Amino acid sequence: MVTMEVLRTCSDGQIKRRRPGAVAHICIPSTLGVSCDCTTALYKEAEIKRINKELANIRSKFKGDKALDGYSKKKYVCKLLFIFLLGHDIDFGHMEAVNLLSSNKYTEKQIGYLFISVLVNSNSELIRLINNAIKNDLASRNPTFMCLALHCIANVGSREMGEAFAADIPRILVAGDSMDSVKQSAALCLLRLYKASPDLVPMGEWTARVVHLLNDQHMGVVTAAVSLITCLCKKNPDDFKTCISLAVSRLSRIVSSASTDLQDYTYYFVPAPWLSVKLLRLLQSYPPPEDAAVKGRLVECLETVLNKAQEPPKSKKVQHSNAKNAILFETISLIIHYDSEPNLLVRACNQLGQFLQHRETNLRYLALESMCTLASSEFSHEAVKTHIDTVINALKTERDVSVRQRAADLLYAMCDRSNAKQIVSEMLRYLETADYAIREEIVLKVAILAEKYAVDYSWYVDTILNLIRIAGDYVSEEVWYRVLQIVTNRDDVQGYAAKTVFEALQAPACHENMVKVGGYILGEFGNLIAGDPRSSPPVQFSLLHSKFHLCSVATRALLLSTYIKFINLFPETKATIQGVLRAGSQLRNADVELQQRAVEYLTLSSVASTDVLATVLEEMPPFPERESSILAKLKRKKGPGAASALDDGRRDPSSNDINGGVEPTPSTVSTPSPSADLLGLRAAPPPAAPPASAGAGNLLVDVFDGPAAQPSLGPTPEEAFLRFVCKNNGVLFENQLLQIGVKSEFRQNLGRMYLFYGNKTSVQFQNFSPTVVHPGDLQTHILSAPPALRSQVDGGAQVQQVLNIECLRDFLTPPLLSVRFRYGGAPQALTLKLPVTINKFFQPTEMAAQDFFQRWKQLSLPQQEAQKIFKANHPMDAEVTKAKLLGFGSALLDNVDPNPENFVGAGIIQTKALQVGCLLRLEPNAQAQMYRLTLRTSKEPVSRHLCELLAQQF
Amino acid sequence: VRLKGQGKHCKRSEGLEIRFILIQNRAGKTRLAKWYMQFDDDEKQKLIEEVHAVVTVRDAKHTNFVEFRNFKIIYRRYAGLYFCICVDVNDNNLAYLEAIHNFVEVLNEYFHNVCELDLVFNFYKVYTVVDEMFLAGEIRETSQTKVLKQLLMLQSLE
Repeated sequence: MVTMEVLRTCSDGQIKRRRPGAVAHICIPSTLGVSCDCTTALYKEAEIKRINKELANIRSKFKGDKALDGYSKKKYVCKLLFIFLLGHDIDFGHMEAVNLLSSNKYTEKQIGYLFISVLVNSNSELIRLINNAIKNDLASRNPTFMCLALHCIANVGSREMGEAFAADIPRILVAGDSMDSVKQSAALCLLRLYKASPDLVPMGEWTARVVHLLNDQHMGVVTAAVSLITCLCKKNPDDFKTCISLAVSRLSRIVSSASTDLQDYTYYFVPAPWLSVKLLRLLQSYPPPEDAAVKGRLVECLETVLNKAQEPPKSKKVQHSNAKNAILFETISLIIHYDSEPNLLVRACNQLGQFLQHRETNLRYLALESMCTLASSEFSHEAVKTHIDTVINALKTERDVSVRQRAADLLYAMCDRSNAKQIVSEMLRYLETADYAIREEIVLKVAILAEKYAVDYSWYVDTILNLIRIAGDYVSEEVWYRVLQIVTNRDDVQGYAAKTVFEALQAPACHENMVKVGGYILGEFGNLIAGDPRSSPPVQFSLLHSKFHLCSVATRALLLSTYIKFINLFPETKATIQGVLRAGSQLRNADVELQQRAVEYLTLSSVASTDVLATVLEEMPPFPERESSILAKLKRKKGPGAASALDDGRRDPSSNDINGGVEPTPSTVSTPSPSADLLGLRAAPPPAAPPASAGAGNLLVDVFDGPAAQPSLGPTPEEAFLRFVCKNNGVLFENQLLQIGVKSEFRQNLGRMYLFYGNKTSVQFQNFSPTVVHPGDLQTHILSAPPALRSQVDGGAQVQQVLNIECLRDFLTPPLLSVRFRYGGAPQALTLKLPVTINKFFQPTEMAAQDFFQRWKQLSLPQQEAQKIFKANHPMDAEVTKAKLLGFGSALLDNVDPNPENFVGAGIIQTKALQVGCLLRLEPNAQAQMYRLTLRTSKEPVSRHLCELLAQQF
Repeated sequence: VRLKGQGKHCKRSEGLEIRFILIQNRAGKTRLAKWYMQFDDDEKQKLIEEVHAVVTVRDAKHTNFVEFRNFKIIYRRYAGLYFCICVDVNDNNLAYLEAIHNFVEVLNEYFHNVCELDLVFNFYKVYTVVDEMFLAGEIRETSQTKVLKQLLMLQSLE
């Protein structure tokens, strides 16, 4: 035993201590020491000195005149290897190692092969020699040598070796006279070569015979063969289809055998646990067996495994239960993979439910993990939900953070409309004490769930603001951008959001993210709460400005934009705000961005007329759909498997490269900063959304695609249409594929409408053609007709269409927008009413009370008047009503109606052919929650039509 | 929005596959490193240090699994030695946990009460044991009897 000799000199005769636990601190004195645990510099130095001496010695032996015999060569090569494994570089000895390969002594050959495997580099001349030696050993018919050669190929697995041997190994694998151990090694060697270079391993006659190795007498051969088949069948499923029935019958024999039947392959009373796991995994490469008999047998196996889990253990050892449960968990994976046996799925879920409270942490962890995938099956989703309390408890009490993380994942996966509020509130509570490591992820999950399952958006707004309050530092940009996008896009929540942020900002210390959200929302919608003296414009401004000086540059920049928006919203604050902008600390701020904003805003507010200011600082148009960014963030955050509920827990095959997958992939989804957009001088329409990254897009499809998907969150097209009666911008339509946004402006009898078509999927829309049909008398020219509008819309992209509209005469029915395209081969078609109604061509007319009454009387024919009494559908708020009437297009006349509660308006509808004068009166009755609306115009149908339209707005 | 049969078309991306096996002591000294993927030397060193950092901070009440980069480490501690196997995140945790134990029992039998120094001094034999039981990142042989018989046969050739 040469090596021992070498090493004994190092250990200096020390007796090896056998007591476990004591070995950790053994430090071999390095007097002679190629020792291992020397951490002190002294020892290190001595070690290096000693090694250099030894290396010099070996080098001289190799270079010496006297040819070394095999024994000495082995001894020195082994020494070199040992030195290398201690972490020192070796730059010679390769040739001697290669020489050892052709020795006919096992020990010499083995050291040679080990040296090659550990220290291989693609040294071309050596590779030729090595390959030659391997070739000889493969042909030697000596099973020990053949295995050494095969192991070397499997360990190195280079392309050169593949080229040299890929053709030989299948032959060795299926040859009738190959020894079992050789077959085992050959199978896995082939697997390695196939993985490295599949092109070098041609399928052929041997494949059929490989499948039949599943029937081999020797369980070790089967164990190796299953791995090979599992790998090969991924790319050639049809060639290996016969393996299904063979695997099922093999599995069935193992599962139904008694605990001692398989002798050598029984591990702690569990028959062949690893082989069972591998067979179950092989079956997961295929759909459920088509042959009824095979399927019946398989289902029987799966049931047997589930039954056995309920039997009392045959041993108290953890090895027994681990081996048994390894099979059980793989069985459950297969059941989930098939996702077609409701009975088995529910049984699996119940079994996992028991594990949720097991005293073994491993089992609790695995049960949580496995249940996560069960939650995505329609058959077991409900069964999973019954464990909600246990899971919540796990989230609160588990000691291991990775278990808590699994609990959070599972809560996320089991969340649906029925339990969203509970889960979100539990996650919020957990967040207060959660480990720093997983806070950001929890924040993202809460944000996604809150949005996905929001029934009323006030809950959503509350939840996000709570997130910022509890874990402001972990609320990433994606999350708070998202709340702004949603508030901007849903006008039913804007007033509430303004009120809520206003209240949140009252807190003496609030997170900077809260200031950002608050600043943005008040800048856009502060007017909705300005009627309340407690949140009057000056109060809003001074509240925001009290935070200003403590904020970062980015936040201050955003607040400056809010201020200029205030000047437009609340002219009364203009002087104060101009004062702030004019202050030296702004105008001469060291930060370029702040300085520029201050200068520009100050000038804008002084130079521009009210009209220009109103146009420039108009309310933000709806954001294009950007659902993916926040999900993408979650996915990035945790690498594959993060959004397990969403991508079903299956991992991205492309992420298997341990080197490649380390850094989070930079997202190409650039959510534009709202502060940058705030001043968007939108003479031009908003730029098309940047294409979402492919990954994010896929995720989105996972979530919203599928036949069961509802048009998520959006109002029905009819509701959306009605909303446009009083406003010009917003989202007209939205489903899981497509979002259509509208921005329009009208002057006299002319109008221009921008339509934005956003592709929410990651897949290109083909033959995309939106056309306008106008059944009525509204003539519409489509300026940028098909040529400008590309017929393909890329995944995640947005395209726009401009319509020029001219109203020739009064009309009742709006033009229709018909959109047709192909999505993944399936034709899609939808027809929507374009939000062009007669009131868009209103010119407001100011007039005195006297004039009003005079005209009112002139229009006294019964058919000129239309009246409607109706119940209020929304809270009766005077400010809101006023805004709606203005949005409707008429002027509002103060001091006309003797009752100040009533609203009176006047305007002229401009068409090319004629003008129609309109007068209106709206009488709210707060007590009865009713309105009475009266319209008088010079044209009978117009009166009725306007009355209908307007009545639906309150 | 729940989707029908979402899982049906998802395939397992990989079979059982080991990325590397590491045996380290508590001080972070590597006693065995077996790589089943191509890494350059710097990367190997980094992995060794990271695994050590991840594994040694965990206590006995924790699971034997820990997420690691895009993979996971299945590990078990025997006295002062950590046996770690790095696999795909969706691999079968318990199968590997027991594969480690099976391997340790073979070492223990083969070296008659194995200790850390056996692994140091008989490193070339340890490699042989590993190759008998794991090859190309897959489990090759699980029968302790068969492995030990083969090892004894090889020893007799020395």
